Amino acid sequence: MTATLTDLEDSAYRIRRYALRMGEVQGQGYIGQALGMAEILAVAYRHALNLRPSDPRWEGRDRFLLSHGHYAIAFYAALIEAGILPESELETYGGDDSRLPMSGMATYTPGMEMSGGSLGQGLPIAIGIALALRQKGNPAFVYNCMSDGELNEGSTWEAALSASHHDLANLICLVDVNNQQADGPSGKVLAFEPLADKWAAFGWHVQRVDGNDLPAVVAAFDAARDAWQPQPRVILFDTRMGRGVPFLEKREKNHFMNVAAGEWKSAIEGLDAAHAARVAGRAR
Amino acid sequence: MSTTAARPRLTTSAMIASIAGEGQRTRPAPFGHALVELAAQRADVVGLSADLAKYTDMHIFAQAYPDRFFQMGMAEQLLMGAAGGMAKEGFIPFATTYAVFASRRAFDFIHQVIAEESLDVKIACALPGLTTGYGPSHQATEDIAMFRGIPGLTIIDPCDAIDIEQAVPAMAAHPGPVYLRLLRGQVPVVLDAYDYTFEIGKAKLLRDGKDALIISSGFMTMRALEAVEQLKADHIDVAVLHSPTIKPLDEATILREAGRGGRLVIVAENHSVVGGLGEAVAGVLLRAGVAPPFRQIALPDAFLDAGALPTLHDRYGISVEGVCRSIKGWLR
Repeated sequence: MTATLTDLEDSAYRIRRYALRMGEVQGQGYIGQALGMAEILAVAYRHALNLRPSDPRWEGRDRFLLSHGHYAIAFYAALIEAGILPESELETYGGDDSRLPMSGMATYTPGMEMSGGSLGQGLPIAIGIALALRQKGNPAFVYNCMSDGELNEGSTWEAALSASHHDLANLICLVDVNNQQADGPSGKVLAFEPLADKWAAFGWHVQRVDGNDLPAVVAAFDAARDAWQPQPRVILFDTRMGRGVPFLEKREKNHFMNVAAGEWKSAIEGLDAAHAARVAGRAR
Repeated sequence: MSTTAARPRLTTSAMIASIAGEGQRTRPAPFGHALVELAAQRADVVGLSADLAKYTDMHIFAQAYPDRFFQMGMAEQLLMGAAGGMAKEGFIPFATTYAVFASRRAFDFIHQVIAEESLDVKIACALPGLTTGYGPSHQATEDIAMFRGIPGLTIIDPCDAIDIEQAVPAMAAHPGPVYLRLLRGQVPVVLDAYDYTFEIGKAKLLRDGKDALIISSGFMTMRALEAVEQLKADHIDVAVLHSPTIKPLDEATILREAGRGGRLVIVAENHSVVGGLGEAVAGVLLRAGVAPPFRQIALPDAFLDAGALPTLHDRYGISVEGVCRSIKGWLR
């Protein structure tokens, strides 16, 4: 866990790039979400999580649940970045007989700890894992990564009550708050603000940060791990869909972002150019 | 039925009514005691409930092993999700609630979290079929139909305390998810009178007979055995094949017995006529080209009445008298 901020910045860039390449392979995908979550995944997989890339089932590992299965495109990018999946497999994304299906499933992919398509299931599973880890005397953390849409599901709040009831201090919930879901902006579909207040009322240790601000993301992960309170921890990350590719970030926000065939290439080029500029800026 | 004496109006059975007949031998809470015994031998067994430990005999395990019992509250989706999570970490979780809530409210979690990953969660649910007069909210009339649709899920409908006591360790040893319909409280003891051992996936011929074959599961095997005794007085000779495992069905035994010819095949179940043991058996028979005369004794495809259990069992034809009436009518 000795990655510097610069290393993490580069990781986030590579995660975005892997995701765009997978989107290009499929011609479609939940690329907006992937681009928005790159900083969070970079920090998780290169800084915060205790892992052995060569042994994805190592008993001492921090567990990471991808509750929002449709974010698999982002997650695979993170697994490639972490050295758990080979980059060569990227081309198989979403294809027949692939280990990288469009909706993340534990039965298909090493490093994938749950099958997440149905939504709202990760946090309940995480409750069970957290109870089990404590039962075994295993000091590992369990992270549940979820979307803001899943805040609509009752099962999320059943789990939120339970985590606090059982004092699950080994549970860290990450919520990607991009304020967009299938039928439109979350505020118009099923408003959940004030969100931090809700989690606090449920007895959680709460942080809310800009999910695309790398130092803030690092600090939040560290604070969640280091908090002394016997409470479950949640980090609410405000992110922007399409982040990192300006023409996509400006595009009308769509749950399933429309990218035309030729645009993938220009998106990658734009991303590369911005990265090159950042690198050049460091050299000065 | 004589109506000269005014029949006392029975009251709605309390949810914890026992299906044991008067004077029947029973054992208390076989599931709870079997789980405690299992837990002594297997350190990986844990128990969970959705605020129904006291009503599923799980409280006995919770009292014996308080640090291995997890109360999840009245939250059945959470119950199944968390049980899945514990199974992922190497435990054998026994999760209890009522059959209605597991099948209806938590179906997606059993399907997607537990079954899709073949997790070792053992789901044990009280109030199967019509075992309460409380009304449709608590009468699990279609749980088997629903769960049969889940790939890889083993389904057990035990007859009595013997079946339950033997099923508990068998379920733990059996790889993958299992759904057990549970009888609780004072549970009848019936199968010790036969040369019988419970085995997952096996149907057992308890008694042979030439005029008809009853294939049954759950407490309908108990009813069938009693009916068969009464039918002797009418010189009707009926075989009883007890099929406690509904998925996977013991197709070989069912085909062998139903294919013998010359007798009516009747499937008796404490479940809707839709999608349960009866239709499962019918599918097996027809696919194999075996088509004996075939009847079902089952609950109707309807929302069932509230009321006293004995009244309801007779109304829906699953009492001993009801079974006898049906069989005599069919063999006339």
